[in-house]
Amino acid sequence: MEKEKKWPETWQELNPGCMVFKPGSTRDYHTGTWRASRPICDTSRCIKCGVCYIFCPEGCISQDADGYFMADLDYCKGCGICAHECWPGAIKMVEEG
Amino acid sequence: MNTVENFDLYAPRLVDKEEYFNAGHRACSGCGEALAIRLMCKALGEDTVIVNATGCMEVISVMYPTTAWNLPWIHVAFPNAASVGAGVEAALKVLRRKGKVADRRIKTVCIGGDGGTFDIGFQALSGTMERGHDILYVCLDNEAYMNTGIQRSGATPFGASTTTNPAGAASQGKNEWKKNIAEIIASHNVPYVATACHSYPLDFMNKVKKAREVEGPSYIHCLSVCPTGWRVQTEECIKAGRLAVETGVFPLYEIEEGKYTMSSLNPEELRPVEDYLKIQGRFRHLTTDSIQKIQDRIILENNKLLDKAENLHSWSELEG
Amino acid sequence: MSERIGMEIALAAAEAVALCKPDVIAAYPITPNTHIPEHLSDIVAEGRLDADFICVESEHSALSACCGASGAGARAFTATSSQGLLYMAEIVPIVPSMRLPIVMAIGNRAVSGPINIWNDHSDIMSQRDSGWISMFAADGQETIDMMIQAFKIAEHRDVMLPVNVNLDGFQLTHVVEPMMMPSQKEVDRFLPAYKPYAAVHPDNIVSMGALGMPEIFNEAMMAKDDALINSKKIILEVWKEWEDQFGRKYEPIGAYRMEGAEVALLTMGSMGDTAEVAIDELREKGVKAGLLKMKLWRPFPTEELLKAVSGLKSLAVIDRAVSFGGPSGPVCSEVKSALYDKKERPLITNYIIGLGGRDVLVADFVKIVEKAIGAQKKKPAKAYEIYGVRGS
Repeated sequence: MEKEKKWPETWQELNPGCMVFKPGSTRDYHTGTWRASRPICDTSRCIKCGVCYIFCPEGCISQDADGYFMADLDYCKGCGICAHECWPGAIKMVEEG
Repeated sequence: MNTVENFDLYAPRLVDKEEYFNAGHRACSGCGEALAIRLMCKALGEDTVIVNATGCMEVISVMYPTTAWNLPWIHVAFPNAASVGAGVEAALKVLRRKGKVADRRIKTVCIGGDGGTFDIGFQALSGTMERGHDILYVCLDNEAYMNTGIQRSGATPFGASTTTNPAGAASQGKNEWKKNIAEIIASHNVPYVATACHSYPLDFMNKVKKAREVEGPSYIHCLSVCPTGWRVQTEECIKAGRLAVETGVFPLYEIEEGKYTMSSLNPEELRPVEDYLKIQGRFRHLTTDSIQKIQDRIILENNKLLDKAENLHSWSELEG
Repeated sequence: MSERIGMEIALAAAEAVALCKPDVIAAYPITPNTHIPEHLSDIVAEGRLDADFICVESEHSALSACCGASGAGARAFTATSSQGLLYMAEIVPIVPSMRLPIVMAIGNRAVSGPINIWNDHSDIMSQRDSGWISMFAADGQETIDMMIQAFKIAEHRDVMLPVNVNLDGFQLTHVVEPMMMPSQKEVDRFLPAYKPYAAVHPDNIVSMGALGMPEIFNEAMMAKDDALINSKKIILEVWKEWEDQFGRKYEPIGAYRMEGAEVALLTMGSMGDTAEVAIDELREKGVKAGLLKMKLWRPFPTEELLKAVSGLKSLAVIDRAVSFGGPSGPVCSEVKSALYDKKERPLITNYIIGLGGRDVLVADFVKIVEKAIGAQKKKPAKAYEIYGVRGS
């Protein structure tokens, strides 16, 4: 579920110059709600090469405890690049229900 | 399946895992430019200040009160990435000299789209390169003013349909050839100029690393596929970039102190340009004649490059 | 110890800026302020100032480079006039929005067209609403003093706003005057080293220059307005400190022979000095005339104006720029707006003089005061008069 976008309540709460002091804070916004299809990885075919990780524009693919590269569905926009680039064809895009 | 030959299969796993450009940014699904930024930052590392021109990347990454960046970042306006960068570079130099900041090298990296580089930002870029600031300028070229809705820029290729030179009964789209920005910048006596594409991530990152080490100006031109503007399927984003190189539309090369070096990633034999054009909606309207015109021009430009690579010498070789 | 010097005011302005030890200077030449950046580059080349002088390729890049430098934590300075100010106008409102304490000297010059390199206030008037603190120097001493004060005001943690110091092109920039130039020690005592609120550096990561959605933009503009309004408190404090250290007093609106005045002129910039002579002449003749010399333009000194006009029957506001098709000249429109709610207020007349470097004489001011007195009997047909136009 997407986290609530938080706008400052009052003008006094704005940082001077609208400066942002929280590096990486876009992670509060879950772009995963955008997608129409999601990547499903068949671990029996995955060779853990990391090609999907390198080509993900969101940078949301990372290795799980077993070393398989998995997409973080909070951020995955369903572009399908990982499925298209996957060498052994381990990733398939499946329409969101 | 369209895959890269000679791709070092397991190298991606070894790339720095740190995400300096975080998820949650508002780029379109399948955005090549966002990918390019992500890769560029991995190659730059943390001792970097990013100076961003107005454009897609600025707008999608820092929407108050959040930021995608885990690097110091400044944006002022559209035409001035290079001049703001000049100020940052000068300040960091002076402050380090006066002992007001830590005594280590922080690289100033300016990023702009093709609009902020070829057109509205051209003056500032030229000035900054000419003055020799220790700046790496990376142009993320998606070949139109994408952020404002796909308008024609100096980087738009011949025959592409954009919203300000659309294809129609009386027009084949853009009637002018793409500005050769890399060579223009090389003429500023910039010691390192390179072309790159996110579809060749390791090559791009190596070039960024190389440029970072230059003590002076450097310029990298990164072709960034825009599925939205090019009317390409999002999953074919990487493929489109690959085809640009394989057809010779976007050759990969470096100009180091005047010496041209073609990348080994360029194909021995160029694929027909139609392979590249046919997957993109922006070229859908082209007639056979136009496609032939484009093909002929690509052969010419590639021959020019190969000729330069073979015959031009580096500055040190030419010194008296 | 301050030293008494005789120098061209533009060069003195550069010397004053150099005493403030800016880290980065980025400027593009434009008549008539060119001597300011030129002399600064001399000072750097002579090794008297440890700074980076960036010979930018345009004024737009000048202010942009200053933004980058200030954003990276450096003390930054630029100077321009007229067309140069208009060329950097895209960046001008961004600077206070980003709370960057850049200092800029403006050698006021007419805005084209036709192209004219001589003095008037049309350049700065085009940037009225930008959010900068804006001061007007009437002579060389004020120029020097305001240049130094500007850095202290701009960088104050409760201000963090850019400051522009306006000096009339040619009328001041190219004029040699005797002035007291503070010593380096005195300036070091007055102006502490710059400690930025934030700076782009990996040791403390910040993103500057975010996109402001409608959800927060109104709040951001409120914050910007509030910052500028509240800066007045600090400006007055800094001026008090200046008076304590250097013995020269600064007020938002200076008063000259206002005691018992019934008619007054309101001027900004160097024409005020000419007006003083006119006031003396008029007082000799028994006319109860006085002069208000506005030094602080933004934030607009409403409070001080209300006090200054009490007892006046007639006020002639002198503009040096036209607000084409507007209800009156820029300064007059603002004065009228500030005085609107006041129950007892003087009759206000407006004379726009000296455009594009046309000389403003003592006799002109005498005539204007006489007109302002006459206006009490018969109100002028128009709200403002472009004074001295042949054929009008």
